[in-house]
Amino acid sequence: MSAPLLEVQDLHKHFEVGSPGLFGGQREVLRAVDGVSFELARGETLGLVGESGCGKSTCARTLVGLYPPTSGRVMYEGEEISNLSHRDRAPFRRKIQMIFQDPYASLDPRQTVSSILTEPLRIHRLARPRERRLRAMQLLDAVGLNPRHIHRFPHEFSGGQRQRIGIARALALEPDLIICDEPVSALDVSIQAQVVNLLGELQERFDLAYLFIAHDLAVVRHICDRVAVMYLGKVVEIAERDALFDDPRHPYTRALLSAVPHPDPRIERGRQRIVLEGDVPSPLNPPTGCRFHPRCVERGNVAGDRCETTEPALGSRSACHLEAEV
Amino acid sequence: MPILDVQNLRVRFETHHGVVRAVDGVSFSLEEGETLGLVGESGSGKSVTNLALMGLIPSPPGVVEADAMRFEDRDLLGLSDAELRSVRGNEISMIFQDPMTSLNPLLTVGRQLTEVLEVHERVSRREARRRAAAGLGDVGIPEPERRLDQYPHELSGGMRQRVMIAMGLLCRPKILLADEPTTALDVTIQAQILELMQKLQHEYGTAILLVTHDLGVVAGMSDRVNVMYAGRLAETAGAIELFDDPRHPYTRGLLGSVPRLSGDTDADLDSIMGSPPDLADLPAGCAFRPRCTFETERCAAEAPPLFDLGGGRSSACLERDALGQHHGGAQ
Ligand SMILES: Nc1ncnc2c1ncn2[C@@H]1O[C@H](COP(=O)(O)OP(=O)(O)OP(=O)(O)O)[C@@H](O)[C@H]1O
Ligand code: SF4
Ligand SMILES: [Mg+2]
Repeated sequence: MSAPLLEVQDLHKHFEVGSPGLFGGQREVLRAVDGVSFELARGETLGLVGESGCGKSTCARTLVGLYPPTSGRVMYEGEEISNLSHRDRAPFRRKIQMIFQDPYASLDPRQTVSSILTEPLRIHRLARPRERRLRAMQLLDAVGLNPRHIHRFPHEFSGGQRQRIGIARALALEPDLIICDEPVSALDVSIQAQVVNLLGELQERFDLAYLFIAHDLAVVRHICDRVAVMYLGKVVEIAERDALFDDPRHPYTRALLSAVPHPDPRIERGRQRIVLEGDVPSPLNPPTGCRFHPRCVERGNVAGDRCETTEPALGSRSACHLEAEV
Repeated sequence: MPILDVQNLRVRFETHHGVVRAVDGVSFSLEEGETLGLVGESGSGKSVTNLALMGLIPSPPGVVEADAMRFEDRDLLGLSDAELRSVRGNEISMIFQDPMTSLNPLLTVGRQLTEVLEVHERVSRREARRRAAAGLGDVGIPEPERRLDQYPHELSGGMRQRVMIAMGLLCRPKILLADEPTTALDVTIQAQILELMQKLQHEYGTAILLVTHDLGVVAGMSDRVNVMYAGRLAETAGAIELFDDPRHPYTRGLLGSVPRLSGDTDADLDSIMGSPPDLADLPAGCAFRPRCTFETERCAAEAPPLFDLGGGRSSACLERDALGQHHGGAQ
């Protein structure tokens, strides 16, 4: 069997931060990503979900090489890329692209669409100068924008159109994998639907794999083949999409799904929610044992004090002591 | 008698790009103890509607006009500044979209909360502090006593949002204008806050005007829903009726655009084509026409008024009957 397109093995990314307390200058370790592993096949979409601060974006940034990992490995088609120098990484940078949440911030306001889209081709010395503009126009067409608008500036486009420009830029280098970090969260519902449909269409057309980071679980269900749920720097559950949504195993996944309001008043009115107590604890000082234990409603069903003392491993499906017991 | 009655509210901003008609003839009323949802695209005038009710539209550039804006038996438009201040934050309070715009970074959480009580209810400092701590406890903030002495920047985003909600509820307002109160929060925290708002509504009979872009939140919280498009009401209906049988093409498009957690999740979403219009340069006739799949010739000729459909429903669509025939939209 050939190697998966992307393989992440026990990835850690810790940051040293100054602590605010009395003794200024003291350093603490923030465990943003604390042992994450998953695989992604060509043409597949893996969703990465979890609440703000759980490490989704840091994970994405580490695996594209924006941050050096603290430990762990990132393999691309079986070849380790996490230890490469900037220069040796170049061919892989082409193959893995990223699109961001904020279409406003991620485009240079002083560049025309034409130069935004031809720049990556120039940097990677792809296509002859004359062909580059044609290519840029094709890209605009592929993302549903008018190729004649190639000389316009980002501010002349709406939010949804700017996100399309971001997508066109990501496509310029013909990547195999696009890391989408909350690509539709800043958009209005009606525009969000256009972009979600576009991402689906482009995936089929160019055989793209997506790592799709989002907090909107309905969007994730719509677009992903498999889903990984993160909590405080760790994956607590990973499964095929329908298995995860129809039969969530980890108590955190269950609470998360039950908290999502359905756009249907009849369902909403008759519903019992699992309302979690408290906030997500700080990744500076994660709880002992299972990181979810202070908020978990199932803790009473695990014998003894294992939840408080022993960190459950991610088994075939979820990282919960209950999983091991059944 | 409704607790709030607004007739023909108009808010315009005179900018150098031209006159922006942010709210253009909106009428609605609010009954005691009910929740009225307000949905619509970004820029459709939801926040401006709320700010106008609070008397918080900056002038210039803003100009607020209405045929009536009645709160109980008082005319909000005719109140003096002093009278308005005593209503605002007390009988009518507002939770803003961005907590940092309404929390003072220089004052402790406790000071901001007790100030509200001291101004409006003339209670002692001690009593105010006790009630402020209880208010924080109500919104699920752990160790409320300790939080009173912290500054806004020492709190997480979710915690700040809850402080603001506590502040909005402290005087047990008769009307709560909640502008995207949970949008910045994670879903598990959102669930806590929504539950709390409903509990307080039960206890005090507060009427809530809930602005949100999240149709799930609207579905769970609202008795009735107003849908806004380009500064006007496109549709208004009871929540169940609106979701079952939308009578405006925009509402229908909106419902088709939301991905669902259950049902057919593989089909393409029925998105609405195009994007919302520029308020300073609206198309002639119906403002939704360039994006509408039901439009006919007459849609270009006249801007449709809000037609009464009976049963507490109305729709500002000339082709509303064609729409009623194929049911669904949201499956
Ligand atoms: N002070 C102001 N000066 C000029 N224009 C303004 C001002 N405040 C609001 N507007 C305009 O009024 C219109 C309505 O804005 P509003 O904030 O009510 O939208 P909204 O429906 O709340 O959108 P969102 O969902 O993004 O919060 C927008 O076009 C906005 O740019
Ligand atoms: S009035 Fe015409 S253009 Fe406007 S929503 Fe109705 S059918 Fe569409
Ligand atoms: Mg707003």
